[in-house]
Amino acid sequence: MAKILAVDDSASMRQMVSFTLKGAGHQVTEASDGVEALKIAQGQAMDLVLSDVNMPNMNGIELCANLRQLPSYKFTPILMLTTESTGDKKMAGKTAGATGWIVKPFNPDQLLTTIKKVLG
Amino acid sequence: MSAAAQESVEIEKIQTTEEGLATQQYLTFLMNDEEYGVDILAVQEIRGWERATMVPNSPSHMKGVLNLRGTIVPIIDLRDRFQLPSVDYSDITVVVILKVDTDKGDRTMGIIVDAISDVYDVPIGKVRTTGVAENRNSHFIKGLVTVDKNMVILLELQKLLTIDD
Amino acid sequence: MSVDLSQFHQVFYEESYEGLDAMEQGLLEMNVDAPDDEIINTIFRSAHSIKGGSGTFGFMQVANFTHVLETLLDEVRSGDRSLNQTTMDLLLVSVDCMRDMLQALQNGEEPDMSNADDLRAQFEAILKNEDPSQALAQSANSKEGSDSGQPPSDKSGGDGAGADGKNGWSIDFIPEPQLLQTGNEPTRMFRQISELCDGNMSVTVKTDNLPSFSSLNPEHCFLNWHIDVHAPLEKSVIDEVFEWVIDDAEINIYPLGQSCEAESQKIQESEPDKQVTPAAVEPIAVTTSQSTDEKPKAPQKAAAPQESSSIRVDIDKVDNLINMVGELVITQSMLGELGENFDMGRVQRLQEGLAQLEHNTRELQESVMKIRMMPISFVFSRFPRLVRDTARKLDKKIDLVMSGENTELDKTVMEKLGDPMVHLIRNSMDHGVETPEERIKNGKSETGTVELKAYHQSGNIVIEIEDDGAGLNTERILQKARENGVISEDANLSEDQVFDLIFQPGFSTADVVSDLSGRGVGMDVVRRNIAALNGSIEVFSQKNKGSRFVIRLPLTLAILDGQLVQVEDQIYIFPLVSIVESIQYQGSELNNVGGHSDVLQLRDEYVPILLLNQTFGIQTENDDLDESIIVVVEADGEKIGVVVDELLGQQQVVIKSLEENYKKVEGISGATILGDGTVALIIDVSGLSKLSVTSLKDLDRKVKNHKAA
Repeated sequence: MAKILAVDDSASMRQMVSFTLKGAGHQVTEASDGVEALKIAQGQAMDLVLSDVNMPNMNGIELCANLRQLPSYKFTPILMLTTESTGDKKMAGKTAGATGWIVKPFNPDQLLTTIKKVLG
Repeated sequence: MSAAAQESVEIEKIQTTEEGLATQQYLTFLMNDEEYGVDILAVQEIRGWERATMVPNSPSHMKGVLNLRGTIVPIIDLRDRFQLPSVDYSDITVVVILKVDTDKGDRTMGIIVDAISDVYDVPIGKVRTTGVAENRNSHFIKGLVTVDKNMVILLELQKLLTIDD
Repeated sequence: MSVDLSQFHQVFYEESYEGLDAMEQGLLEMNVDAPDDEIINTIFRSAHSIKGGSGTFGFMQVANFTHVLETLLDEVRSGDRSLNQTTMDLLLVSVDCMRDMLQALQNGEEPDMSNADDLRAQFEAILKNEDPSQALAQSANSKEGSDSGQPPSDKSGGDGAGADGKNGWSIDFIPEPQLLQTGNEPTRMFRQISELCDGNMSVTVKTDNLPSFSSLNPEHCFLNWHIDVHAPLEKSVIDEVFEWVIDDAEINIYPLGQSCEAESQKIQESEPDKQVTPAAVEPIAVTTSQSTDEKPKAPQKAAAPQESSSIRVDIDKVDNLINMVGELVITQSMLGELGENFDMGRVQRLQEGLAQLEHNTRELQESVMKIRMMPISFVFSRFPRLVRDTARKLDKKIDLVMSGENTELDKTVMEKLGDPMVHLIRNSMDHGVETPEERIKNGKSETGTVELKAYHQSGNIVIEIEDDGAGLNTERILQKARENGVISEDANLSEDQVFDLIFQPGFSTADVVSDLSGRGVGMDVVRRNIAALNGSIEVFSQKNKGSRFVIRLPLTLAILDGQLVQVEDQIYIFPLVSIVESIQYQGSELNNVGGHSDVLQLRDEYVPILLLNQTFGIQTENDDLDESIIVVVEADGEKIGVVVDELLGQQQVVIKSLEENYKKVEGISGATILGDGTVALIIDVSGLSKLSVTSLKDLDRKVKNHKAA
């Protein structure tokens, strides 16, 4: 079981991700934008952060950069959920310190397979 | 022999003849010396009579509305409803609160009866639905059953609670 | 693991409608010549979320359509494309189109794609910098057009190089020192490969680059690895393992047994269009310093026509509730403890505890009520579009000015407020604001203004709709009212009374209701709708200056300010807003009209009198009315005097449904529970006036006949 922070401004995506992860036995905390996620992250360490890229207030890239500044998130895997299929957005994420990405649309099985790459 | 023990003997007798039949529990009450039964699952609570708030221009059997833990519940005088001679309410007059799933959703209603009688296990197959005399109240009646040599009139709650006037 | 995605559909629809509303609002706010970055971002984000969600939940029609939109918006966002009016109009139409598609899907129907396909063809033409109107013709007979709308599939890495490597693969993995800082961990990748090849692999660590201990940064990675995989895997499978680190490491993958030089194939090279343009990062950076009061504009809901059964609650409100329940629990346990060892010496503490309990309960009640409160922007948000479209249709220039969008009111009230407001706004635009020519002729600026205001005033919400147009035409209204028999020929009315005529049933003049604003529905319906919400509407007007409609509504339908009255042993409640005045029965000017019923002469008006005990069939022991009170109430513009025994106090009451377990009762709108736990019925004033035998019009006639006789 891992502690996972799921960040997305879309409630349906958040619910889907959260439901899937909880179903696989993980402990999930949800946040609806970067600001909320950062606040949660400042309070506790997570084993994995899954974040959408396009969000109001603080987007996923900024969140990623901010998380890497926190001592307890220096090496935490951060995966970006992105519909951006072009390489430049992925690069932006990498530059900000993201571990990898999951391309939307994805189904629950793809999600679980992908996070297995970075957990444990 | 206590009433309960006697009842169980009686039930046993029924069950030997109607092997394996499902039973349904009925709460029975008295009204004008007749015994009536309602499905016990519909019974929410039994409370003493208290004065209800009158509702304007309602039929005479509609005795008003009561506050039941925040919901407004109409109270029906069953004697009046069945056009039986009315009696004065007293300290022992009882209100049975019933909740029934109707086509308009769950409805809660109280019925005023003379006194509570008993709880019976009634085998469903034992309920006589034919031969009930057609009269003005017959559409409220689900059937008749004999328990302990007494005839019990089982009430059709859906009808009782949805028929407006 | 199988997850039933349909459980998320409802949420997806709701947030998509909100997103569409936000897009629409953004588009309407946007100045084409100087687009605001934040607005473009909001619009883009909405399209983006809808695309992501619809793709995930299997609504490919919507995803494909949204993809073109998103691409276009992305270009705008990154400054590669400027907006023009044609594009803006297309974007607005596509918001409607997506809404239709989603609604069809929500109703379990197949969306009609003809509209969407046309729009998509036009967007594609724009993207190719062609004339979008040309694209329409093409789209009809070209199927390729729709295929290009597919979101490009995202394939990184290998391109069928798996033909080799029948024996396995050799991998050189030489990470950059900062690899670990992105959260990537080489051991996890090795584990993944090991799983792929069932452990048929060997890993060799190379420590060549390891610096001396003194200069070793423990957070950096100085190790290199050589991996031999002894399994016939597809190369793409191995590429995928290193997908996330190709830029942070040198990775060489080649068939087992060959040398690296012979057929080295850097993954970097197989990655297509890897343009690292840092500039592209800039535009999506949303400034976090953005003031928070601007932010709540984004999620707008009410424009979605669905009466949604769920409600979105601000997290602060929920936290607040939780805090209060916490306090309640503390009070409860304090009281519980007090009750266990109670003696009369502690009665003081008991009283304090009970006072605390009362306080907690009241606060909790207020907070619970607040959950249903939503900013009126949920209604207002649809008006910019309405005004824009209507103004175009009317060939008028009209600015919409809104204020007080954050004023909160009950969700139920809000849902029922939309239609009357649409009617009033259309009315103001159609009949209030003049054409540009007329305005100039009257010395006004060419552009008219319709102003919407919302604010709280003494427990009510007040909404004003004001225009700077021609004002109500009193002569025309009087003329129409006489023609329609709403008033008698010789009626002498004050200006206010004349204005009030427009709310009379059966009154409709071209000056007040047109096909556009009316569709056969008059102002009387508006007034009735508002009255049904326990509210009122008034109109103020000045010739050539404009008109102002003022709507007053209770903040919530769940609570009512009531006047308690007593009739015999029964207590009834009048909504305070409906009461005009209360007077003593004794000494009032009462007339008996035509032997039928009493009327009260109230200044220059005749008001029918109704005895509540008679109307409600309450048994009376006392026929003497001298001590009685006449409560003059007004509903639907008609006054009646209701005779009761006594006025009791005024208090806020929580409205309970009588219909839930019983049925609708004429003259009664609901019930409430009084402090002593008994039930009191709330009087429906407009229903009551229907119960009264004489209506106002009959009465007027009778009074006149009576006088004439």
